[in-house]
Amino acid sequence: MTDKNGFFDLSRSALTRRTALKGLAAGAGLAVAPGFVRYSQAQSSAPIKIGFQSHRTGIGAAYGRWYEKTTAAAVKAINDAGGINGRQVEVIIEDDGTDPGRGAEVVGKFASQHKTDIVYGTLFSHVVIGSAPAAGEAKMPYFVVSEGHHVASTKLNRYVFQPGITDVKSQIQSMAPWIAANAGKKVTQIFPDFAFGYDHRDYLPPALKAQGAEVIAQIAIPPTESSFTKYFPQIPAETEVIYHVMVGPAVLTFVKELGEFYGSNRPQLFGFIDSLEATDINSPGLEFLDGSHFWEGSPRYAQPDDSPAQKAYRAAVGIDDNGAAVGDPKDVSTAAHMFGCWETLYVVKKAMEDAGYKGPEDRAKLVEATEALTEFADGPEHPQGPKTFNGKIHQCFGIQNISKVEGGRLNVVHKTKIEDGLYEPEGDYTTQAL
Amino acid sequence: MKDASPAKPYALHLGVIALLFTLSFVLPEYHHGLLARIMVLAVFAMGYNLLFGYVGLLSLGHAMFFSAGLYGAGLAVIHLGWSVPAAFAAGFACGALLALVIGLLALRTSGVAFMIVTMMFAQVFYLVILYLAAWTGGDQGMVVPQPMRVLVLGSTSLDLTNPTVRYMSALTLFSIVLLISLAIVRSGYGRVLVAIRENEERTKMLGYDTFSNKLAAVVISGSICAASGAAYALLFGYVGSSFASVQYSILPLLWVLLGGAATTLGPLIGTLFMYYVIDVASGYTSAYLLIVGIALILLVLFFPRGILGSIRQRWLGWLP
Amino acid sequence: MHFGPHLLLAALEGLVTSAVLALTALGLSLVFGVMRVVNVAHGEFFMLGAVLAWAISTAISGHPALGFLAALVLAPLIVGLIALVAERLVLRRLNYNPEATIVATIGMLYIIQQLALTFYGPEARPVEPPFSYRILLPWFGYSGYKLSIIAASALLLVATWLVLTRTKIGLIMRATQYDSETAQAFGIPVTKVYAGVFALGAMLAAVAAVLIVPISQAHYLMGQDPLLLSFIVVIIGGLGSLRGTVVAAVLIGLSDGIISVFFSPTLAKIIATLLVAMVLVFRPQGLFGTTSR
Repeated sequence: MTDKNGFFDLSRSALTRRTALKGLAAGAGLAVAPGFVRYSQAQSSAPIKIGFQSHRTGIGAAYGRWYEKTTAAAVKAINDAGGINGRQVEVIIEDDGTDPGRGAEVVGKFASQHKTDIVYGTLFSHVVIGSAPAAGEAKMPYFVVSEGHHVASTKLNRYVFQPGITDVKSQIQSMAPWIAANAGKKVTQIFPDFAFGYDHRDYLPPALKAQGAEVIAQIAIPPTESSFTKYFPQIPAETEVIYHVMVGPAVLTFVKELGEFYGSNRPQLFGFIDSLEATDINSPGLEFLDGSHFWEGSPRYAQPDDSPAQKAYRAAVGIDDNGAAVGDPKDVSTAAHMFGCWETLYVVKKAMEDAGYKGPEDRAKLVEATEALTEFADGPEHPQGPKTFNGKIHQCFGIQNISKVEGGRLNVVHKTKIEDGLYEPEGDYTTQAL
Repeated sequence: MKDASPAKPYALHLGVIALLFTLSFVLPEYHHGLLARIMVLAVFAMGYNLLFGYVGLLSLGHAMFFSAGLYGAGLAVIHLGWSVPAAFAAGFACGALLALVIGLLALRTSGVAFMIVTMMFAQVFYLVILYLAAWTGGDQGMVVPQPMRVLVLGSTSLDLTNPTVRYMSALTLFSIVLLISLAIVRSGYGRVLVAIRENEERTKMLGYDTFSNKLAAVVISGSICAASGAAYALLFGYVGSSFASVQYSILPLLWVLLGGAATTLGPLIGTLFMYYVIDVASGYTSAYLLIVGIALILLVLFFPRGILGSIRQRWLGWLP
Repeated sequence: MHFGPHLLLAALEGLVTSAVLALTALGLSLVFGVMRVVNVAHGEFFMLGAVLAWAISTAISGHPALGFLAALVLAPLIVGLIALVAERLVLRRLNYNPEATIVATIGMLYIIQQLALTFYGPEARPVEPPFSYRILLPWFGYSGYKLSIIAASALLLVATWLVLTRTKIGLIMRATQYDSETAQAFGIPVTKVYAGVFALGAMLAAVAAVLIVPISQAHYLMGQDPLLLSFIVVIIGGLGSLRGTVVAAVLIGLSDGIISVFFSPTLAKIIATLLVAMVLVFRPQGLFGTTSR
């Protein structure tokens, strides 16, 4: 269907239509982008193949699209600078439908049909957990950009890594001191009644307690819910801070209904930006968020103190100062997470170079070389900031941002330290056989 | 069923099993792995077909039987450290018991009410899995640890994560269930089931206790689906709530309708078809669901009784 | 919050859910009742209504009410047209065979979802309500727009009821539903009736979606829940009973709201679903159905 006769012709705004067409073109565009096709210039060796398990359809599709854009940008940068070990990088994308069953099949497909060197890219926790056994059995290094605590919990296997984004447990622990000191001491948590929410349910109360604050109520919302007002009366009247971490398409409703319920006379709000990734903070109904605070992995809006590396990264990925696609201010990115794709690919590059990686027969060496990494310096390869890496639990640790909604943008008001997010390892992958 | 001679159908079914066995040695690695998965899910479809195809009861809740097997087996390994055969039995028993309870309640209804009641019970089952997240892992699900997925038979131990062992285990389960369903369909009991589908009142008047016959069918159907779920957990190492969602209740219906309801081999054909349409289409375009949708509509326009159903109607009347 | 106001809030929320559900389910009930077609794509017509509402309201500048009103008129018409084409191209050729139509409507579901994903995108997008008036009760604030949804839905339901019971079209539809073969013998153009009913069913879903989208946002996967709930409502209410559909929608909406007052949210969902299932187990013909089918 073309736009000439398509029903979207009703849309008078050229920009919005372009958004739609861009979505359509994204697939085609990636196919011709440099690095996504077999490198045609004279090259002594075949490209390194990275299987990208992407959420193209299903509930994660908004993230998937931006993960693909960031990946394309990072691969272009890596290839322009000479590739990995002198070889170009080729990315092969398969859709996992944001479904764990399909995810496992896709990992199998990468391992046995595409014969990729590694698999990379997954975001949603249940897809990671569903795919991990397939990766372990195929002895396929599997680099995820998920922020779940599943990797660091050491419940998966030795082939699964999360070197490009911090995990939720670490994020929560870093937020607690700031919340207790600046927002309030009596906290009510509202979270989705599934795993992503449970990390918040389990890790926030002890973290706050250590700071002299307390969680006075926990409201778990069923994942099938699309309207929230009926749960708000369960918020105790003495609440000073509402801590919210809703995800999925219904979050706009959640915020709007919270606004209708409280009006201007509201407690402090602290949220995880996951709620509003890919959503314009200036959407109708979100005025209520003005003055509230959010966790951000990487800031969506350009900040006055952005490093040159951060600026270069934003330009390469193609997002403007408001964190939207260049040329289309309505196409808001998932800036707080997608930087993890960029950084993960550079970790892969480093580990492959350390291992002298030549082909699938060196996968075990690659695993060991990744485990041997300890630090990533702030810079073009890690524009979000410096990180440390714990090879025993396959997880990186980094700084977090707390941003305030002011005048229709998110301004960073506090950056945590890496040490704020460290915790005792729960296990050790390196004791497992390769 | 139109031909009383048992030789042809049995020869065909044994031939299919032999073909699948041979394929194990010639298929490229990827298709080998995919086919193992398809065979396990075809068992799910066969269980569904028994109730839907032969008794005419349209359930939209069979995901709960599949996931009863999935969680019964998976959680027995994860929390209780049970061996593979014991865990498989646990999954199977969970499914059989659940099917008995659901059957007793849901069979008070018929037709569309049966469809909706089963769908709602399955929704309850799904929510319970989420509610008991401390044990089930909630929506994230859980990994069945690789070292536990070893089948010890006497002095030999078979590693279920090995592709060949996995393929052969899937084929064994598939063959057993295929032959059982062929035997059921050709038995007197199978004919009673078809009679119930065609005219329940008349069957009742002929002196058959239709309720207990239907209940038995629900239990057999649920148990087969649970066997498939238990095998899935043990062979592929993951249990997750998405397998209990309504999507996984609609899928076996779709597979059976595609392959041909009330044909013994239809479930395999339908599952195979659906998997490969998705797999091939997603290789060409990111908008592959469009192709899948169009393929479904074209197929049903030209094969309204499903692939095998239409073949049976036009050419091969003896197909069971 | 005290018990009374909490209950009031839960009841209000339940009524809003009921209002939208009643409209969506009525559309499904017509298709199901008259054509005996299990339309799995019904939820996608709902989603299309919401997505079109977004497209139309963003295309029209000026006061948000203008865009919204245009959407309220245009979106259902477009969706009805799409349904009409689908009926002509596919369902009629299948001779409305109950099993084949399930596969065909699953196919439509995939096609519509993919087109929405490709042309509209994966994001949830908001539509501005035609007016934003916040009613300030002594205990909490409540959206005035939400209350207007209840009124609009009631109005549309009454209008549909009048069409079904007081007009010739309604008579023809009821005759076709009662016995399509006899209707045909009496010169009723059954295939035309079917086409009209299928389009009307889709339009009702689209209207419901346009009403809800200012409080709920358009998203390409939003069709599933309304589909499942509508099926439940149609069967609980009794097939082909308009009164039953409305009563069942109110029952399900309110029970969902009010049970949430007493239990933790997920447990409340479990109990509400189980209760409604039990209604059906012990009254298989539905609340207002007369014969079991």
